[in-house]
Amino acid sequence: MMLLTGLIYPFLVTGISRVVFPFRSEGSLLTADGNIIGSELIGQKFDSARYFWPRPSATDYSAVPSGASNLGPASRKLKELAAQRRREFCVKNGLDTSTVVPSEMLFTSGSGLDPHISPESAYLQAGRVADSRKFTAHQKEELLNCIKRLTEPTGLPVLGEKRVNVLLLNIETDKIKQKNPGP
Amino acid sequence: MKAADYVEIIVFFFLLISLSPLLGNLMAGIFMDGKHFLKPVLGWLERLVYKVAGVDEKREMDWKTYAKSLLALNIAGIIMLMLLQMLQAHLPLNPERLPGVSWHLAFNTAVSFVTNTNWQAYGGENTLSYLVQMLGITVQNFVSAATGISVALAMFRGLTRRQEKTIGNFWADMTRSVVYVLLPLSIIFSIVLVSEGSVQTFSHYARATTLEGHEQVIALGPAASQIAIKQLGTNGGGFFNANSAHPFENPTPFTNFLELLAIVLISSGLVFTYGHFINSRRQAWAIYISMLILLFAGLAISLHSELGPNHALNAMTNMEGKEMRLGPVNSVIWSVMTTATSSGSVNSMHDSLSPLAGLVAMFNMMLGEIIFGGVGSGLYGMIIFVLLTVFIAGLMVGRTPEYLGKKVEAFEVRMAIIAVLAPSIVIKVFSAIACSTAAGLSGLNNAGPHGLSEILYAFSSAAGNNGSAFAGLNANTVFYNLMTGFGMLTGRFGIIVPVLAIAGSMAGKKITPVSPGTFRTDNWIFIALLLGIILIVGGLTFFPPLALGPVVEHYLMNLGVTF
Repeated sequence: MMLLTGLIYPFLVTGISRVVFPFRSEGSLLTADGNIIGSELIGQKFDSARYFWPRPSATDYSAVPSGASNLGPASRKLKELAAQRRREFCVKNGLDTSTVVPSEMLFTSGSGLDPHISPESAYLQAGRVADSRKFTAHQKEELLNCIKRLTEPTGLPVLGEKRVNVLLLNIETDKIKQKNPGP
Repeated sequence: MKAADYVEIIVFFFLLISLSPLLGNLMAGIFMDGKHFLKPVLGWLERLVYKVAGVDEKREMDWKTYAKSLLALNIAGIIMLMLLQMLQAHLPLNPERLPGVSWHLAFNTAVSFVTNTNWQAYGGENTLSYLVQMLGITVQNFVSAATGISVALAMFRGLTRRQEKTIGNFWADMTRSVVYVLLPLSIIFSIVLVSEGSVQTFSHYARATTLEGHEQVIALGPAASQIAIKQLGTNGGGFFNANSAHPFENPTPFTNFLELLAIVLISSGLVFTYGHFINSRRQAWAIYISMLILLFAGLAISLHSELGPNHALNAMTNMEGKEMRLGPVNSVIWSVMTTATSSGSVNSMHDSLSPLAGLVAMFNMMLGEIIFGGVGSGLYGMIIFVLLTVFIAGLMVGRTPEYLGKKVEAFEVRMAIIAVLAPSIVIKVFSAIACSTAAGLSGLNNAGPHGLSEILYAFSSAAGNNGSAFAGLNANTVFYNLMTGFGMLTGRFGIIVPVLAIAGSMAGKKITPVSPGTFRTDNWIFIALLLGIILIVGGLTFFPPLALGPVVEHYLMNLGVTF
């Protein structure tokens, strides 16, 4: 029984997965010039002004181990953190401090590796990203189109929240620059 | 809630309620007469297991032999799993060269997986090697789930056999549960998970350099095969620390939907298998409807509480501990389902749920996880409450209580009381000890009433063999590893042994034919009585600590008080 469920079963599933879904089973790793730049499904840290930022993370996007803050719903510490993140988000993105910042940018995720943000948070960051890259009006429009294009779900509208994958969005953002080298 | 959320909930329950009788029929075929469509396909595997293990599957056992076989297998499992963890540094398939696990954590984790609790004092990706995950964790996921199914089957037989001593063969029940139910479903499910993005590989952890030049290590492993059985077997122990909130465990809203269904599917199907055994669909539906009513009540309270604004944090939606792709609604549904069953897997961090949503999760576990519950264990727990209801109804009208034509007498009631009290005592006494010792209080992550909730939740989860946690509590200490370890053992075997005793004693009884004076156990009056008994027992036992924990927190939070 141990052999069956402990070795044969996982090896069988691994074998089938490797043949049928080689990309997915190995962690959906994305590469550029042969180097791994991350996994499509795992959020990573971005903090320079040139990139879209992900949600705050309790583990600072270290993937070993994954984890959360586990702060309670009436935690003073959490309240202060949220207020501080709200302030920083507005200031760093050059937004008015009365802007409604989407909730996911104020609170950390369950895994600490959430790869997504809401489209609203992406649009709020677009101005800052475009400015730091000195985008022209045309390029900026392209940037906004990227967000629109990458907004999921595209298929079944029933399941899940509207979201944008931060890593994919940043890769697309870099491509805009390459196509139209700035002045 | 968006319209789409309502659609999702309706589709989910429609699927569940239509699939359960089908699976129930199939399992009735597997466990009653052996005539079913999987027999020609997988019969060879069943026979091979008997041959290798030297089992005569036709030899019937009385309840004591059945219980002894079960305990022997489970004790062997605990020892095996402890050794695997402590020696992992010297064993193969450990690409990250993780060191051996401390004895108390190894004890806790071994007990946890053998008892179908799957409490995570460990963090998967930085504690356990691939070999331990497979040969240790995955194996016990199968064995503990099959143990639950077997005990339920023994109970079914006890209630339906006439004047017999035996209640089936433990090894045959185990083998059939694994070969025909758990294994085929797990294989299909794990491959679907991989197709959506769950990892399944023996490679090293990946080392990535991000666009900004940061280094990131990405944990990998043979995860999908473990996640499939973890969900189907109501085990719940994650491959990764963040459990089903981790993108590799639960990559998309679609996998989330399937994993939710998998949590409850087998437990829900078993109710209909029971209906076949006792030859009454009506009785099965009466139990099923009772479970659904409790489930919907909890779900409504949780959704209402979680989706409202949080005045203490000054936020419209509290996304703390929740994943963007899943969102608050999916997180709440999961928190209810995972505690109604004994799964205990989480897709959001329960510690950060609103007080009343946390209360519902705790209350579900305190009731003994009888709302579908763990595979097998939920249903035999529910039957215990059915027996109590019949007994109390009998007292009220002053006649000998009967269930399914069998007299319910002093012995059965005594055993039923033990089964109800064992976990309750663990929850209250152990929580009290933790609250009054420095070792207990040092693990807390949150102050104020939420701190009490963290401790109470830990022992409810342990005694209920659930395994979810208010994970802020640092439970990887000698104190908590031992306390929750013994709590899990009591919560598991303190119920299984009395249940088998009841099965053995009931099997020996005559079945009196139904007469007009028989107390019906398949109508709405019975459902109402049963729900009443469950809520009175659960409510009276646990109202005081709940009032001091989540209820106080709820009112203070609404006043904007923080801790």
